[in-house]
Amino acid sequence: MSILIDQDTPILVQGITGRIGGFHAEEMRDYGTKLVGGVTPGKGGSEAVGLPVFDTVKEAVAKTGATTSIVFVPPPFAADSIMEAADAGIRLCVCITDGIPAQDMMQVKRYMRRYSKERRMRLAGPNCAGVISPGKSLLGIMPGHIYQQGKVGIVSRSGTLGYEAASQLKERGLGVTTSVGIGGDPINGSSFKDILELFEADPETEAVMMIGEIGGPQEAEAAAYIKESMSKPVIAYIAGLSAPKGRRMGHAGAIISASGESAPEKVALLEAAGASIAPNPSELGSTVARVLGQNGSAAA
Amino acid sequence: MDIHEYQAKQLLADYGVPIPRGGLAYSPEQAAYRARELGGSRWAVKAQVHSGGRGKAGGIMLCNDEHQVSDAADALLGKRLVTEQTGAAGKLVHRLYVETVVPHQREYYLGFVLDRRLERVVVAASTQGGVEIEELAIEQPDAIIRIDVEPAVGMQAFQARELAFNLGLEPPLLQQAVKTFLGCYDAFRQLDATLLEINPLVVTEDGNLMALDAKMGFDENALFRRPGISELRDKSQEDPRETQANDRGLSYVGLDGQIGCVVNGAGLAMATMDMIKLAGGEPANFLDIGGGATPDRVAKAIRLVLSDDKVQTVLVNVFAGINRCDWVAEGLVQALRKDPPGVPIVVRLSGTNVEEGRQILAESGLDIHRAETLADAADQAVAAWQGNQSNAAAGSAQQ
Repeated sequence: MSILIDQDTPILVQGITGRIGGFHAEEMRDYGTKLVGGVTPGKGGSEAVGLPVFDTVKEAVAKTGATTSIVFVPPPFAADSIMEAADAGIRLCVCITDGIPAQDMMQVKRYMRRYSKERRMRLAGPNCAGVISPGKSLLGIMPGHIYQQGKVGIVSRSGTLGYEAASQLKERGLGVTTSVGIGGDPINGSSFKDILELFEADPETEAVMMIGEIGGPQEAEAAAYIKESMSKPVIAYIAGLSAPKGRRMGHAGAIISASGESAPEKVALLEAAGASIAPNPSELGSTVARVLGQNGSAAA
Repeated sequence: MDIHEYQAKQLLADYGVPIPRGGLAYSPEQAAYRARELGGSRWAVKAQVHSGGRGKAGGIMLCNDEHQVSDAADALLGKRLVTEQTGAAGKLVHRLYVETVVPHQREYYLGFVLDRRLERVVVAASTQGGVEIEELAIEQPDAIIRIDVEPAVGMQAFQARELAFNLGLEPPLLQQAVKTFLGCYDAFRQLDATLLEINPLVVTEDGNLMALDAKMGFDENALFRRPGISELRDKSQEDPRETQANDRGLSYVGLDGQIGCVVNGAGLAMATMDMIKLAGGEPANFLDIGGGATPDRVAKAIRLVLSDDKVQTVLVNVFAGINRCDWVAEGLVQALRKDPPGVPIVVRLSGTNVEEGRQILAESGLDIHRAETLADAADQAVAAWQGNQSNAAAGSAQQ
């Protein structure tokens, strides 16, 4: 099993008629993702990437049975698209868009809470690489070929470091159940803890690679969850060891603005919670292999 | 994006926050004229730089007559003010704010931030104004009053009253306090601020509330809908390398080391810096070329990094997903052919079209160190830098 998506997940592309949305829709379709339609207001009734285009998410859901969507809408309009998906009954929305105003995301998160827990949409991102369940479904912008199907879950704020992890695992013959990008923005849809909970419950995932960075409270929250509730091994890496305080490192959320937000502090918390720490980004794969090896021999 | 104190005060005044009377000056003559215009017998001449800690660094001078105002302006203008926050290079002072000194009896701290854990605007206040709030948060966390605001309805009057009563702002100051707090919240939301700080907020000797200092920061992602805020940008307060990069659509942060970095993705860029440090070097910059980088954008990035005199080695690290290694290689060759670098270049390519990219580099005939992995790239870059350094040392020893 994988988490969040598999080969049967019916997916809508919001912003499919745009250059970026169209390009990645083709890439996803070529990977084998079950795309069922697209949404661009005002272009309903047309076709894009061989898929029907609808004016509203509600209509698209009614006609296609889509449960999941991916958002490629430009930053000024992306928050609106996410809320439209939430209102239309989409269960999982992945937002790729980078550059959404932080206060828009504050509104989006507040809006999503208006639905009861059973009806509430799960959001991954924004400003993320998306979600992939290798061999089943690619819902994002990552290069599919670097992911091998297997038993390690990946959750990462950074897209490219997620790729680095997947390819290092593949070099060692290790594969991935699902890789989830949670994005580099200060206010995001799913936290590390949200995704760790899913991996903990997934029978096929045997270990989780977690890739964090400077800034924000979510690594600390994950550490508390790992300590109290996680039975599976977690291998963690935190980027930004050499990042100075108060400077934004590319990602809107990658800034040390309070105590507890630096890389050494997060590493210390995760280590104390029982996570294995990958000492540097070149040893993501080897650290996972070592931990899995230890577990294997302990079981035998 | 940061703005100056006088700009923040003008914005807040529009939202009903009381501020002292003041005026801008670009020369000692103007400063003296402003003082005369404002009237009174005491003025503060305040250096306008994007940094806190100006007072301690000598950037705020109190004056008792026009001559003193003129002398203070003369001393401050053109100076690089070095505060605890600026680093050794300091920030250039080319604007002064001349303000009437307001005698006051009590000082408070008032701050608004977007809290990432609560995902709400949080108001923090304290009766210990003038101090560093972060230090206070560690030393006396109970001395800070916090209120979080429900985003759907905004800050309510009862919340502003609660804050005022907790700070000991009783009637007749209550109404002024409520108006000030609600005004700040409106400014924060309506202008897409990420930070709003009044430190100190004071009760004047004649019993009024007043913002003696003001600091605001804004969400760069929201500037598309805040043209009035974009206009307040002061490029002279930025690292010129960052301004250049910014204008070219690159995400760049200047640092103090010698190994320049050209990387795709913010996470990988940070990780590359970390690897350089672990290998014994120091990164000269953070640079993310972004996704879908054209050869042209890559060439610009390389030239930008090479234009930094401190850079003694360049490390290019690209894990192409939506990027293409062949485009990165083309841009690299283009930049290096045009301006042959005087420093070693180490390149690690991985991902989409990696074979084509490697071939372009091999066929270019350029002297490029090629690396397979991230660790290899960092080791080679640091070794090349150290080799260069010892060569330079040997060269100067011979002279």
